[in-house]
Amino acid sequence: MTTMTMAKALNEGLRRALESDRHVLLLGEDIGKLGGVFRVTDGLQKDFGEDRVIDAPLAESAIVGTSVGLAMRDYRTVVEIQFDGFVYPAFDQIVSQAAKLHKRSAGAYTMGLVIRLPFQGGIGAVEHHSESPEAYFVHTAGLRVVACSTPNDAYWMIQQAVAHDDPVIFCEPKCRYWDRGEVDLDHPPAGLFDAVVRRPGRDVTVVAYGSMVKVALQAAEAAAEEGRDLEVIDLRGLSPMDLDTVAASVERTGRLLVIQEAPPIASVGSEIVAAIQERCFYSLRAPATRVSAFYVPYPASKIEDEFRPSVDRVLWTLDQLMEHDS
Amino acid sequence: MGGEELIQLLTPEGERRQSDDYESSLTRDEILGFYRDMVIVRRLCNEATSLQRQGQLALWAPLQGQEAAQIGAGRALAPQDFAFPSYREHGVAWTRGVPPADMARIFRATVTGGWDPRRYRYSLPTVVLGDQTLHAVGYAMGIQRDGADEAVMVFFGDGASSQGDVLESFVWAASFQAPVVFVLQNNQWAISEPTSLQTRIPLYHRADGFGFPGVRVDGNDVLAMYEVTRRALDRARAGEGPTLIEAFTYRMGAHTTSDDPTRYRVEADVEVWRHRDPVERVKALLARSHQVRAARFAEIAEEADALALKLREDVLAMDAPPATAMFDDVYAEPHPWVEEGRRTLSAFLTEVAP
Repeated sequence: MTTMTMAKALNEGLRRALESDRHVLLLGEDIGKLGGVFRVTDGLQKDFGEDRVIDAPLAESAIVGTSVGLAMRDYRTVVEIQFDGFVYPAFDQIVSQAAKLHKRSAGAYTMGLVIRLPFQGGIGAVEHHSESPEAYFVHTAGLRVVACSTPNDAYWMIQQAVAHDDPVIFCEPKCRYWDRGEVDLDHPPAGLFDAVVRRPGRDVTVVAYGSMVKVALQAAEAAAEEGRDLEVIDLRGLSPMDLDTVAASVERTGRLLVIQEAPPIASVGSEIVAAIQERCFYSLRAPATRVSAFYVPYPASKIEDEFRPSVDRVLWTLDQLMEHDS
Repeated sequence: MGGEELIQLLTPEGERRQSDDYESSLTRDEILGFYRDMVIVRRLCNEATSLQRQGQLALWAPLQGQEAAQIGAGRALAPQDFAFPSYREHGVAWTRGVPPADMARIFRATVTGGWDPRRYRYSLPTVVLGDQTLHAVGYAMGIQRDGADEAVMVFFGDGASSQGDVLESFVWAASFQAPVVFVLQNNQWAISEPTSLQTRIPLYHRADGFGFPGVRVDGNDVLAMYEVTRRALDRARAGEGPTLIEAFTYRMGAHTTSDDPTRYRVEADVEVWRHRDPVERVKALLARSHQVRAARFAEIAEEADALALKLREDVLAMDAPPATAMFDDVYAEPHPWVEEGRRTLSAFLTEVAP
């Protein structure tokens, strides 16, 4: 066990991936000498060379498009998209090419590429730097999507994503880059797409991913003082989702609350609520409920704390949920 | 037509022509081989168009007029090279050994691919315009890292030249000096839009702005296409970076079988290009300068007819896959949502609509 920030854990995970397979490459803007704007790739170009840790011209579609071409030659490129809001120029290469070429080639092309996406807000940034675009990718068959929330997960999940043969959108909650946590360098905590119970509880199943896991845990602490025992599940896999773990929990608690930074409409939370309603209808004692951001463009960051679900808004929603008790 | 810098080694009349920079090294048999290639792909293409008209293919994108551009470039590829098509490159597919029936599969709409791209070192059709240029550059970056003696060739058109991905691929190829040859078939029309809408300068001039050589070749001259693309591939393999080759040609037919060119261009223009036919000029050269006799031309025509018949038989025998094939190969490793769909459709087909 060792303690490090999530940014450092990603750095160490990428280092191990680079060491383990010469076909692993890193590609992105400013990832070389600068080490990336969040320093996630700090020092890696110095140690692995400019041919493997590649500073990219400023063209996101080309970053992903050339990674698709590299995958056709069995390279495993880990792409860094500098900020969530800059991924859209690459959208076509992701959804029309990376997502489809395994199918179209009947398995001849393996699209082993990882698209690292610093996502979600909470850092007081200017616009296009705080978005939650994960649902676009979850919606697209052929892609896999995951989100880490702790340094230990970041360290292991990035390595698991690199080793995976499908294209993985790897969502990193940028407001948690500097949070420190224990990292077990010897044993992975779970499979890449497995949900993990972060806090066991009896009364309500709370599902969160990325930045909202910490909010969920803080809300659970506060709720405990009022005698409410929340079970917090870190979803981790967004495509596929480990709905078995969520359903097993809901069957015990009878209540589901999903917390997400994305707007609510056609979101990851929408899918969880719909699926749990189908699977656990007779176990539910209250409507499955979401706490989300709002259906507006990401606001000016001086008011982002009201846009993003806060501990207080989670507790306020929880009160409403508990009133439904049957 | 095509300007003074147009590289041409064989005139529309079938006369050899001197070029300051290029010389044809091809033997009689090699030229005859190219002629055979062009006759066959034209014949196959006509057959596919007929199959579409008879309702046996959902769509076809005819290559008529572009046989020399595709055969010349395709035959210049070394076996170890890798090529990326757009969607009209049936001639290039032929040179890579892709069976004609496999070329038709995507248009029969029984699959969304058609062949194993790694087997033929020839990628799959790309319908989103220009996307493949970035794949080509990425593949070429892989060649650099492997230290392999290989090059990449990528095909796109005058319409796609306006796409951001194509221009990004130029930037990347130049920055990384990637071993890639861009073959821009300027067939004058992007469906109904003339090249003048895509560019105010000759398209091969664009390479200057990106920092690598660009040349314009008579795309209806298979000798010139072969020599120019071969030299560019050699250059790429030698580590000297990318080249843009504009094959100046003409789409004699419709954009696809769904198109109606009479709405946007006049027959007189097509007639001008009919006199520049890429196949007839080689035939004239072979007959006049290489003493190829009528009987040999007839044999080739018969061979092309036989291949067209085989294509027809293969297409007619191509059945729709089982509906559950939609769930195959979506992912390299099983994905529960795909498998859930497979179970649902299988149950439905078993219980309700067997």
